[in-house]
Amino acid sequence: METNTGTNRPRINWLKYASPKTFYPLAGKLIPWCAVSAAVLIAYGLYIGLLVAPTDFQQGEGYRIIFVHVPAAWFSMFLYLLMAMYAGLGLVLNARLSYMMATAIAPTGAMFTLIALVTGSLWGKPMWGAWWVWDARLTSELILLFLYIGYFSLQAAIDDKNRADKASAVLALVGAINVPIIYFSVKWWNTLHQGASVSLTQAPAMAAIMLKGMLIMAVGFWLYSIAVILMRVRCEILERDSKTAMIRQD
Amino acid sequence: MTENSQEVKPAKALSTFSVLYRILARDIQVALRRQSDVAAVFFFFIIAASLFPLGSGADPKLLSAMAPSVLWVMALLSCMLSLSRMFSSDYADGTLEQMMISNQPVVLIVLMKILAHWILSGLPLVFVAPLIGLQFNLGGAELQILAASLLMGTLALSLIGSIGAALTLGIRGTGVLIAILVLPLYIPVLVFGAGAVNAVSIGMSPNGALSLLGAVLSMALVFAPLASAAALKIALE
Amino acid sequence: MHWQSFSEFISMGGYGFYVWGSFGVTFLAMGLELWLVNKRRQRISQAVKQEAI
Repeated sequence: METNTGTNRPRINWLKYASPKTFYPLAGKLIPWCAVSAAVLIAYGLYIGLLVAPTDFQQGEGYRIIFVHVPAAWFSMFLYLLMAMYAGLGLVLNARLSYMMATAIAPTGAMFTLIALVTGSLWGKPMWGAWWVWDARLTSELILLFLYIGYFSLQAAIDDKNRADKASAVLALVGAINVPIIYFSVKWWNTLHQGASVSLTQAPAMAAIMLKGMLIMAVGFWLYSIAVILMRVRCEILERDSKTAMIRQD
Repeated sequence: MTENSQEVKPAKALSTFSVLYRILARDIQVALRRQSDVAAVFFFFIIAASLFPLGSGADPKLLSAMAPSVLWVMALLSCMLSLSRMFSSDYADGTLEQMMISNQPVVLIVLMKILAHWILSGLPLVFVAPLIGLQFNLGGAELQILAASLLMGTLALSLIGSIGAALTLGIRGTGVLIAILVLPLYIPVLVFGAGAVNAVSIGMSPNGALSLLGAVLSMALVFAPLASAAALKIALE
Repeated sequence: MHWQSFSEFISMGGYGFYVWGSFGVTFLAMGLELWLVNKRRQRISQAVKQEAI
């Protein structure tokens, strides 16, 4: 680990990982660990959710959808905020790796948003009798998807990579400030217009085992996200700096 | 427009206030010289809102139930249509760059451009929306709240929209892109603005919705010029 | 173990389509994402190797 390269040696060791060149092999080492533990935890979560957890007295077996819906919904929002955090870090420190991380996080966040929407509507059909109900949480997820779409569209529209990074970072930050406001406004709107009375996430009186299954599933999704995001950020690094000899370091 | 750009960078140092006032006045003057642009947005609002009864039928109850959302969504779209013009002409002739390197605070310059946009495309709607509201069978109390909510709301729309305008400056196919960026951010304004009118029509007090709209406006007033100024700097790099 | 028989497990108390549909969509999407990222990686590393030659 000792790299005797510079004058300010104490700072190098952790700033080192902010450079794409040194981050690339580190990410490569982390990916298998995250992927394997994600697989194990998701399998365990599925075992609890599908085989062990008891029937919900109100929603029957239909409630089991929450074991994928709730973690997906959590990560759709969490990843947006994480993306905005990296975007902000990029703007403050002008660090390329931060922009690459933000770019790499967005597709996974959008995918979890889509999953939350589809599973939410699969839950809604038997419970509400309709594929779509303007429930506060589902509506917020839909708007979150729009925010992700805006982020992708802006990035795609700007040819200059440097400007695309910075502009979409500003947009991500603005979106992140708006997420709580939008969420609050949609909730307020929902109470004004008397929306659906049963909600997907608050409905089952959570038995301890259900909560446990859901949390394990969530940690599994988290590790999965880390693995995929690191894979994508490695692609991003190669695409932008491919001329260097990173591939040979593997 | 060369004589105008000279006003921004005067030989003698002007106070910040008078520079800002000149920017605002110049923007409005330039826009009024091209009256058709300003009028187009205004007429778009009237024409598009008038289409709804033709689609849904003229049942007065249905119309008055639809009116808050229809008028507010139309206000959103009208404000959005003119967003791409907020900075683009100044960007094209280099005035914007001059403004950015002048020793005046960029955030305040941006705020003036936003104010000019609001005066030209938001404020007119406050006066014409109640007239359209009459066609939608809205009562006097609703019309008052409609105008009040639009007065605050359209300013918030101009503020939030400026971020989209700044981010997409100088990009091809800007119109649709701005819509995708800005419309999701407009949602709280729509919810509270239309909510205030809805509250009156079901016999509740609109104060809650209006104060929430005021909160959104004041947040936009603080953050939007900052974000737009940052976006403009990125666009001009 | 919560279930008495396999067919009971499959039918999910009448919610089979919705429950299995949800889990199916979720893991299909995650699998697809992995596959796409992996394909992208292969494409890039091939291009880089060609560049090196």
